Amino acid sequence: MTTATVTGKPEEPVVATKNYLTEGGVTLRSWLLTRDHKRIAILYTLSITLFFFVGGAAATLIRLNLVTPSGIFTPDIYNRLFTLHGVIMVWFFLIPSIPNTMGNFLIPLMIGAKDLAFPRLNLLSWYLYVGAGFLALFAIVIGGVDTGWTFYTPFSSLYSNGYVVLALAAVLAVGFSSILTGLNFIVTTHRMRAPGMTWYRLPVFVWSNYATSVIMVLATPVLAITLILVAAERLLKVGIFDPALGGDPLLFQHLFWFYSHPAVYIMILPGFGVISEIVPCFARKPLFGYKFVVWSSIAISVIGFFVWAHHMFVAGISLYAGLVFSLLSYVIAVPSAIKVFNWTATLHKGWISFDAPMLYALGFIGLFTIGGLTGLFVANLAFDVHVTDTYFVVAHFHYIMVGGMVSAYFGGLHYWWPKVTGRLYPEWWARIAALLIFFGFNLTFFPQFILGYLGMERRYYSYPPEFQAWNILSSAGASVLAVGYALPFFYLGWSLFRGKRAGANPWAATGLEWQTPSPPPTHNFDRTPTVSRPPYQYRPEPEPQDV
Amino acid sequence: MGSLQLLPPSASAHAADMDWLFAALLGVSAFILLLVFGLMILFCIRYRKGSKVERGNRLGRTWRVEVAWTGLTFAAFLVLYFWGANLYVRIHSPPGDATDIYVVGKQWMWKIEHPGGQREIDTLHVPVGRPVRLVLTSQDVIHDFAIPAFRIRQDAVPGRYETLWFTPTEVGEYRLFCAEFCGTWHARMGGTVVVMEPSDFQRWLDSQDPGPSLAQEGEALFRSYGCSGCHGGSSTVHAPRLEGLFGRPVPLEGGRTVIADDRYIRDSILMPKAEIAAGYPPVMPSFAGQIGEDDLLKLVAYIKSLADKTADSVERPAP
Repeated sequence: MTTATVTGKPEEPVVATKNYLTEGGVTLRSWLLTRDHKRIAILYTLSITLFFFVGGAAATLIRLNLVTPSGIFTPDIYNRLFTLHGVIMVWFFLIPSIPNTMGNFLIPLMIGAKDLAFPRLNLLSWYLYVGAGFLALFAIVIGGVDTGWTFYTPFSSLYSNGYVVLALAAVLAVGFSSILTGLNFIVTTHRMRAPGMTWYRLPVFVWSNYATSVIMVLATPVLAITLILVAAERLLKVGIFDPALGGDPLLFQHLFWFYSHPAVYIMILPGFGVISEIVPCFARKPLFGYKFVVWSSIAISVIGFFVWAHHMFVAGISLYAGLVFSLLSYVIAVPSAIKVFNWTATLHKGWISFDAPMLYALGFIGLFTIGGLTGLFVANLAFDVHVTDTYFVVAHFHYIMVGGMVSAYFGGLHYWWPKVTGRLYPEWWARIAALLIFFGFNLTFFPQFILGYLGMERRYYSYPPEFQAWNILSSAGASVLAVGYALPFFYLGWSLFRGKRAGANPWAATGLEWQTPSPPPTHNFDRTPTVSRPPYQYRPEPEPQDV
Repeated sequence: MGSLQLLPPSASAHAADMDWLFAALLGVSAFILLLVFGLMILFCIRYRKGSKVERGNRLGRTWRVEVAWTGLTFAAFLVLYFWGANLYVRIHSPPGDATDIYVVGKQWMWKIEHPGGQREIDTLHVPVGRPVRLVLTSQDVIHDFAIPAFRIRQDAVPGRYETLWFTPTEVGEYRLFCAEFCGTWHARMGGTVVVMEPSDFQRWLDSQDPGPSLAQEGEALFRSYGCSGCHGGSSTVHAPRLEGLFGRPVPLEGGRTVIADDRYIRDSILMPKAEIAAGYPPVMPSFAGQIGEDDLLKLVAYIKSLADKTADSVERPAP
C-alpha cells in the first residue's frame, strides 16, 4: 500500500518555489537569527534529537551494566549515568519534545496565523534551551553530579560532591525556556486565530498544547524557587532543607513534586494531542467525543496540581494527607481513561488504514493504557508502600513517558514529515521501525514490573543474583529498542534527499496546516484562511477534503 | 543466573493482604485492558480500509456513552482506592504490645538497637509471630528501610522519627534493602532480616553482649548532659517532671494538646521553644547539634521507661 492509494488522488508534485526553507536565505546566520516559528522548530528538532541520543546512550550503558548482578561500572559512574539519563531525558527531551518541535511548527499553521505571537521570545527560548543543555552535560559528565534527576535534599544540598549547583543552574535556565514557550502558545492561541476559528473548532493538538502551556507557566516558577533554595543551602549553608541546619527535607519534596508531577502532564498532554490528530485521519472519521477529549485535557492540567504528594506515601507525610492525595490521584485517572475510550470509539465504523503514523498511534494507545492502569497501582496507598522506589515505578513511568510520549513523538514526526520537509518517508521502513519499537519497548519494560514487585530497588548498580534473569530479558529488549530508535534517523535522513515529493496534503487530512503547500511559505498562508466547520470532518471514502 | 521468579517470599501478616490487593488491581486492569485491546483489534480488523461491512447508523450523540464509561470507570477506581486506603491505615497502626526496635540509617549501613541494649549492623533479628515496631531515623541523608518479603518500607528521614511495624509469620532469612538513593554505595546498603522461633530469639538475645539497656544508657546520658539538673526531683528550677509523661497528653501554651511520643520528646530536646508545656517558663536551651542520633534514641528510651513511674517512686539522681 503506497501513500498515493491512501490519498486516492494523483500526486501533485507541486513544490512551492518559495518556502520557509529557501526564503530568507540558506546561510547559517539566516538560521541562527531566524524568527520564523518553522525554522525555530527545525532548530529545536535537531537539538532535541541530539539530546535524545545522549540520554539514550546513557540508558544503553545502564542496561549494559545491569546484565550482571555485580555490575560492570563503578557505583559512582553508574550513579552519574542515571543522573545524566534522567536530567537529559526529562528536561531536554520529554518536556520540550512535542511542544517545541511540532507545537512550534504547527500551532500557527493550525489556527491560520502567520507566526507565534512573540517570535523573538521563541528564538530566545531556543538559545536558553541549547545553552542550558550543554551546561547540564558539562555539569554531569565533567562535574560528576550523582543526585538523580530528583535532587533530593539533604543529599543534593550537603552531601553530594559533584557540580550540583551548575546542574541546578542548567535546569533553572531550561525552565525559563519552557515558560517562554508556554507564554507564547497561550497568547498565540488567544489572539491569533483565523476568522471563524472558534475555540471548539480548534484541533485537539492546539488544545493540548494550550493546556500544557498553562502548566508550564504556572508550575515551572515553583521549580525555579526550589532549585534556588537548594543552591542557597549548598553555597551559603542557609538551613532550609537540612535538619542539621534547622531545615526540613520533606519541604523539598513537596516543592519539587509540586512542579514535577504537573511536569509529567507537560510531557504527556502534547502526546494526547498528536494521537487525536492521527487517529481520526487514518480512521477517516471525526474524533469521537471532541468536547470530552478537550475538557479532559483541561481537567488534567488543573487536577494535576493537586496530586503531588502521591510521590511521598512512605516519605513521612501524615496518614490523612496520604488518604487525600491517593483519592485525587484516582480522580485524575478518569480523564485519561476518557481519552482512551474516545480514541477507541473513533475506530468504530471507520475506514482504517495502517500507515506508520497510525501504527505509532495504536501502539501509543496500548502502551499508554498499560502505563495509566499501573498508575492506579502506584496511586494505591497500600500497594505503593511495597513498590515505591522499585523498578515497578520505573516501568510504570517509562510506559507513560517512553511507550506513550516517545511513540506519540515518532507518530507525529512521521505524520507531519511531508508537511515539514515536502518529502514522503519510506513507508515500509517506517512500519518496521514502529513494530520494532513496540516489541522492543515491551520486552524492555514489562519485566521491570515483575522485578519491582520482587523488590528490586531503583538506582542500584548491583543487585541480588535472583533478579538476573529478568534483567537480562530487559536488557535484550533495550537492544531491540535501540535499533528501532536508530532506524528513523537513517531513513528519514535519506528521504530528505530522495523521498518522493509530498504535495500539500498527502494524507487527505483536514486541518488548516494541510491547506498550504509543503513545505509552507514563510508567511504560512497566501491569504488568511477562513474557517466555517468543526475539525475532523472526515468521510469514510477517501477523497480530497476542503475547508 | 536464577529463574524467572514471579512473587517474592511472603513472610509477614501484611504480605498476604498485599498480594490479594495486587490480584484485585491486576483483575480490574486486565478487564479494562482486554476491553480496550479487544475493541481496538476488533475495529481494526472489521473496519479496515476496503472491507465491505455496513458502516451506516453511527453513534450520533455521544454524551450518554461518555457519562456511562466515565461513571463506571470512576466507580471501579473508588473500590480500589478504599481497599488500598484501608490496608494503608492498618499498615500504619501498630498494636500496643509491639516491641520497639530502633534503627538509625547512615551512609551506608543500618545500625539497629534492641530495647535490651543488643546492637547489630545490617542484620535485624526478630521473633516469629510477635509484632515489632521499628523507630527509624537517619544520621545524614534520607534512606529507606525496605523488606520486600514483608511488603513494607518506610523512609528514614534525618531529623524525624518514622515508624514501621510488622508481624513476621515465617521463620527464615529475608533481604533488607535501602530504597532511597543515598550516594555511592546505595546499592550495597542492605542486609538480612532473620526471623527466628521465639525461643531461638531469646537465646540469640542472651548470647549477645548484654551491656546496659538503652534506657540505662539513656539514664547515664540524662545526667551527663545535665538534663537532671532541671528535670530531676531535687532541682530548684521549675521544669516539667518526666515520670509518667510518655504516651500521655501534654497541654501546651496556647491551648493545644499533644501526645508525648518519640517525636515530641526528640523535638523538645532539640527545639524546646517549639512546643512549650503549659505553665512552664520557656527557659530550656536547645541541644541541637550537641546530641547525636544514637544518644537521642537512648534518651527517648529512658524517658519512655519512666512512663509507668510516678515522680515519687523514682530515686532522684544527684544533680
